[in-house]
Amino acid sequence: MAVFNSLSDRLQDTFDKLRGKGRLTEDDINVAMREIRLALLEADVNFRVVRAFVSRCKEQCLEAEVLSSLNPTQNVVRIVLDELTKLLGSEDAELQLPSTRKPNVIMLVGLQGSGKTTAAAKLAYLLKGKGRRPLLAACDVHRPAAADQLATLGGEVGVPVWRGDGKNAVSIASEAVGRIANERKCDVVIVDTAGRLQIDEEMMQEAVDIRDAIRPDQIMMVVDAMTGQDIVNVVNEFNARMDFDGVIMSKLDGDARGGGALSVREVTGKPIMFVSQGEKPDSLEVFHPDRMARRILGMGDVIGIIEEAEKLQNEQSIADAERMLMEGFTMDDMLSQLQQVRKMGGMRKLAGMIPGVDRALSQRGTDVSDEQIVPIEAMIRSMTKQERAKPRIINGQRRKRIAEGSGHTVQEVNTLIKQWEQMDKMMSSLRSMAMGGNTRQMGRQMGNMMRNMGMDPMEAEKLARMSAAAPAGNRQQRKGRPRKKGKQKRRR
Amino acid sequence: MALFDRLKEGLSKSRETMNEIFYLGGQVDDEFWEDLEDTLVMGDMGAEVAFQVTDDLREQAARENLTRADQIREALATRIASEFTPKTWDPFVYLPSCVLFVGINGAGKTTTVGKLANVAHNQGVKCLIGGADTFRAAAIEQLEVWAQRAGIEMITRARGADPASVCFEVLERAEKSGAQLLLIDTAGRLHTSSDLMSELGKVVRVTRKRSGMPVYVVLVVDATTGQNGLNQAKEFNDALDLDGVIITKLDGTAKGGIAVAISHELKLPILRIGVGEGIEDLQKFDAKDFARALVGEAEGK
Repeated sequence: MAVFNSLSDRLQDTFDKLRGKGRLTEDDINVAMREIRLALLEADVNFRVVRAFVSRCKEQCLEAEVLSSLNPTQNVVRIVLDELTKLLGSEDAELQLPSTRKPNVIMLVGLQGSGKTTAAAKLAYLLKGKGRRPLLAACDVHRPAAADQLATLGGEVGVPVWRGDGKNAVSIASEAVGRIANERKCDVVIVDTAGRLQIDEEMMQEAVDIRDAIRPDQIMMVVDAMTGQDIVNVVNEFNARMDFDGVIMSKLDGDARGGGALSVREVTGKPIMFVSQGEKPDSLEVFHPDRMARRILGMGDVIGIIEEAEKLQNEQSIADAERMLMEGFTMDDMLSQLQQVRKMGGMRKLAGMIPGVDRALSQRGTDVSDEQIVPIEAMIRSMTKQERAKPRIINGQRRKRIAEGSGHTVQEVNTLIKQWEQMDKMMSSLRSMAMGGNTRQMGRQMGNMMRNMGMDPMEAEKLARMSAAAPAGNRQQRKGRPRKKGKQKRRR
Repeated sequence: MALFDRLKEGLSKSRETMNEIFYLGGQVDDEFWEDLEDTLVMGDMGAEVAFQVTDDLREQAARENLTRADQIREALATRIASEFTPKTWDPFVYLPSCVLFVGINGAGKTTTVGKLANVAHNQGVKCLIGGADTFRAAAIEQLEVWAQRAGIEMITRARGADPASVCFEVLERAEKSGAQLLLIDTAGRLHTSSDLMSELGKVVRVTRKRSGMPVYVVLVVDATTGQNGLNQAKEFNDALDLDGVIITKLDGTAKGGIAVAISHELKLPILRIGVGEGIEDLQKFDAKDFARALVGEAEGK
């Protein structure tokens, strides 16, 4: 629900009502600002932060240029987005681990259940990937079996875990940093601590004691992306007591808009360094303010998709993607898509970056798991070239042949064809969700975007921004989809 | 009225803010209403609900000629309390029953199971714990510690085993041992992960099918959760047909206002609230007390 309700959609609605008025007045802007306020509150941005933010935006929107422009919606959205991005931190912050100290020490703090232990293992995996030799120190002596959890996770990512006596958090931390890191030849120690409430004096003191004993280079606060308004009280107190250096936002793989990120920045001034999204150890990623801004406003992570595609660094696949979106989707596409999707971190992650698609996907039952890919490959390879290019010609006889050739049943072939149909359908909805504009315009934009992906990210971003800020076309698109599909079929 | 005091203590921070509003001047003006709106929003009630409640209250104030802040305070408490769906059944009291605990990662499911088992055990109820969180590292060990502390039998399987099979075994064991209260912990999962949600659907289906006693599915929600809590609850409810909600971690400064929205929108009763670390801090929920503690009651009640 809320995910479809992007700010630009809402603003468009607001401005639609004002159409015919020629130019916007201050009152109109006030109406728009109320929408922005609601959108931010829905995203769990703290209401005090919202208030300050909205008044700043309003000032900018009242400039004559914006009011008299042809497309005030786009301008207002742009201002809000830019302002939000600026607030979230203009540059990507990095871990500061001075090379003069050995071992470096990173300490993790946060509330219960925010995801510290998981984040510790992910951080260790990340550092290991950068050639460091991390050691995990299990200093959560309060929650039952917390050390077991860290030990298991450490084993999974191949990082040693120091558990000490399991009783005294301060001495476990000190031992890890002092003796154990040396013995195990580790050059960075990640200290996982117990979850604590910011008003629990005893526990906060324990955290301070650990900090004073090991003098960490970086203290990271782990914050759940789903946290509501209370995040301000939490980070304020933690900041006052621990003076942390940066924040890891966890559970961003859900559909929470993560407005807390904005509150954290505004209240503490501390950067958000990483976002954690997923169960796998490699799902800790560098924080991008611009993407977060879009997410908070419910605009989808278009840049994220482009970047994921760029990561593959495969011109051919970009051209394929373009063709697929433009001309429809063949069985060969399906196969290579499945394989690439696996490389990009799975369908879910990719789709989750576009608001709405994730849910649309799961509703249509088009989940793609890794194990499914092997039989699909066998069946597709049993098809003729013609069949792969035009799967609609596959009739009963062909199905039978394909089934026999690939060692699967006709039912399985049917399922595959059904899946292809769904993916073909999804491609068209993906196209309409990712892009605005009418069909022809959209095709052109898409072509441009795809070409730009490989060479000029700035240009691509501009395009993406354009598309994100053009929801009117989006709505028309939805209405006009069946007609468009018919056209496509005829063309083929 | 130990419960009420404890609740008040837990919610004292929000009470202070409300008091600030209510004691300022005592007379009601526009600014008062705006502040009221903000306070409700700050309690994670959600902007729309907060605006609606304030608007309604404003009308009511005009109609009933409520001009003093303390009158409005009581009206507000009544109004918020009425948003909650009343509890008609308590699966932890009316036995036998089998309760499955579901929720997102880190909501406090395992701890809740541990506490409830302890309370039941102390009351002389024969209960059985099921460790169906076979995914998270050391979740089973964590639950085992709770089970040992209370001296309660626990059924589980190795990490990675099929959680539905754990439930099956719990039910079988309960039939033999005559346990009256079965508490089954499941792995935390995000409501957006359809694979994991359908896995959980299977767990619930298997349990409902196999069970000779009534099966309840209870959602555990962290009080610090913001507006996404409603999405969570909706998805879990769609997939599993929930019977109730438990709100945890109300002992911090979080107000748990999302509970109002969840209970109201999904017609789900709040079964328990966690207001502290201790075993006895998992309290029965009383809408009026909760609402009063949230808006702040005149001292001495």
